[in-house]
Amino acid sequence: MTAETQAANAAAVADFRARARWQWYEPIFWLGAIAWYFLFPTYLPLGTQVLCSALFALSLDLILGYGGIVSLGHTTFFGIGAYTAGLLAKYGWGEPITCLLAGGVTAAIAGWICSFVIVRVQGVALLLVTLGINLVLYEIANKAYTITGGADGLQGIVFWKVFGVFDYDIEGRVAYIYTLAVVFLLFLVARRIVYSPFGLALKGMRENWKRMPALGAALRHHGALIFVLSAAIAGLAGALLAESVQFVALDSLGVQRSVDVLTMLIVGGTGVLYGSFVGATVYMVVRDQLADLNPAYWYFWIGLMLVVVVLFTRNGVVGALSDAAAWFQRRGRAQS
Amino acid sequence: MADILTTWAALTFNGISFGMILFLISSGLTVTLGVMRLVNLAHCGFAMIGGYIAMAAVDYLGFGLLASVPVAVVGTMIIAAVIERTLFQWTYGISELGQILMTIGLAFVMVALCNILFGPLLHALPVPDWLTGNFTVAGVVVSVYRCFLVVVSGLIAIGIWYVVERTDFGARLRASVDNPRMARCAGINVRRIFSFTFTAGCGLAAVGGVLGTQMLPIEPFYALNYLILVLIVVATGGLGSLKGSFAAALIIGVIDTYGRYILPAGGGFVMYAIVLVVLLARPQGLFARA
Repeated sequence: MTAETQAANAAAVADFRARARWQWYEPIFWLGAIAWYFLFPTYLPLGTQVLCSALFALSLDLILGYGGIVSLGHTTFFGIGAYTAGLLAKYGWGEPITCLLAGGVTAAIAGWICSFVIVRVQGVALLLVTLGINLVLYEIANKAYTITGGADGLQGIVFWKVFGVFDYDIEGRVAYIYTLAVVFLLFLVARRIVYSPFGLALKGMRENWKRMPALGAALRHHGALIFVLSAAIAGLAGALLAESVQFVALDSLGVQRSVDVLTMLIVGGTGVLYGSFVGATVYMVVRDQLADLNPAYWYFWIGLMLVVVVLFTRNGVVGALSDAAAWFQRRGRAQS
Repeated sequence: MADILTTWAALTFNGISFGMILFLISSGLTVTLGVMRLVNLAHCGFAMIGGYIAMAAVDYLGFGLLASVPVAVVGTMIIAAVIERTLFQWTYGISELGQILMTIGLAFVMVALCNILFGPLLHALPVPDWLTGNFTVAGVVVSVYRCFLVVVSGLIAIGIWYVVERTDFGARLRASVDNPRMARCAGINVRRIFSFTFTAGCGLAAVGGVLGTQMLPIEPFYALNYLILVLIVVATGGLGSLKGSFAAALIIGVIDTYGRYILPAGGGFVMYAIVLVVLLARPQGLFARA
């Protein structure tokens, strides 16, 4: 290797390192999540749901924003995680952390089984396969009401104290802190994945899935791996929600939830990690405020949000913000 | 023994008539996917709009079912053309994901608007007297209306075949499906062909929506509920292949009808299982050219 290529490599590595460095806005974001606890003590259950949805959206972002795999049935894994944790608690084992992990593991196994089909299809067939798997599972959960409670949901779940010390309280303080801690840890995992060489290969796959194999990237292997990781995180999000509300509704497997999470991610922005958090917050808060509306009107607003975001922004709220920031920077430079 | 045979014969006939309606609704989507690679998840919404226009014509203007068909088709085509010019044309250049999200958003808006305008109830359009009733052929009871459906859809399918295979426009369309870039180089205005087929496809969907209300009743969630059936037809038939989607629609119609008879509680179970296996074996669809 000549000195020149060595220098070029070192520069490239330094560039990738710099991209992975923590940005100034990241601590602000997480401090904001902590501040929510003190500022809105009556909105903690909503905050917990926002965090769970954000984690779910983050899992979708891993396959969609980074892997380029469009799924209309990602709630399959969310539901599997939720039902695993719920069923364990219902039949005698309510230790939150092991239930959480069990939810993640079963969802990962389901994701691994599905990944064999997922990596072989594209386009409409991919939409159909993800949707189809989701619908089949929904029907099974609906029909097996002796186990899952069917349309009534899984009731009578009791989770034990977190670490055997902190009991779930009625204001949702413990649930909020516990959820925030888990979501932060999983965010670190996702962040690590995205900035790793594997994450870069995924981005390459998203940008050009014909050229990546020519560079020697094992496309199907990468696709399957990120799908399993994403399924595991979705399962963890489902289990977290089950633990915080102590209930599993049948609609945690419903197509509507897949569309909801897709909308959150798109409104926030794909492939930027924080998009899922911004999107989930906007979506859940707006829906909370419009809760009295007829569901038909809500459909109208979701639809309008999707159309407007796709037609008028480059990449959701985060994309619009970063475009605005770049514009101000350019203007500042032009004036000075 | 004879009983079982006639039951299955009747089921098969019902399945075929259902499949014909599916073909009418999905044929437009097949072509838009083939020419522009545009994943239009709002396509079923146009069948629904056609159904609602016909319903309005029947209820408020006193039209018969057959007289309402042209009204619905023209109305839907005008709406489709306006939407194509104002919204869709911005999505041709963007990613597949953007198209999926935009069109599913559009489907939601359609669902909400129809719910607000017409209410959440199920509607089936009244069938004229001379098309009601049944007759018996070799022991098999056949509904007159379904017979009518098969004949009309069959004629429309022949019409589509003639336009696509035997006319100058059809040749340009086929060239655009096979290789849009090459077609453009040969001086074909692919955009205009697309706009035209998009509008015509929505008109066909409206025909399916109006004539099929006995099997697929008009309701606000029509646009989403039957979308999966239409996607199944398009995906198993192969993109851009009208012959493929015709065959796929008939097969899906028959399988769905059998499935409901054998396993009424199973929902769409049998079908989804079969479709998953088919797509695993042939991701490009059953009838696509490799």
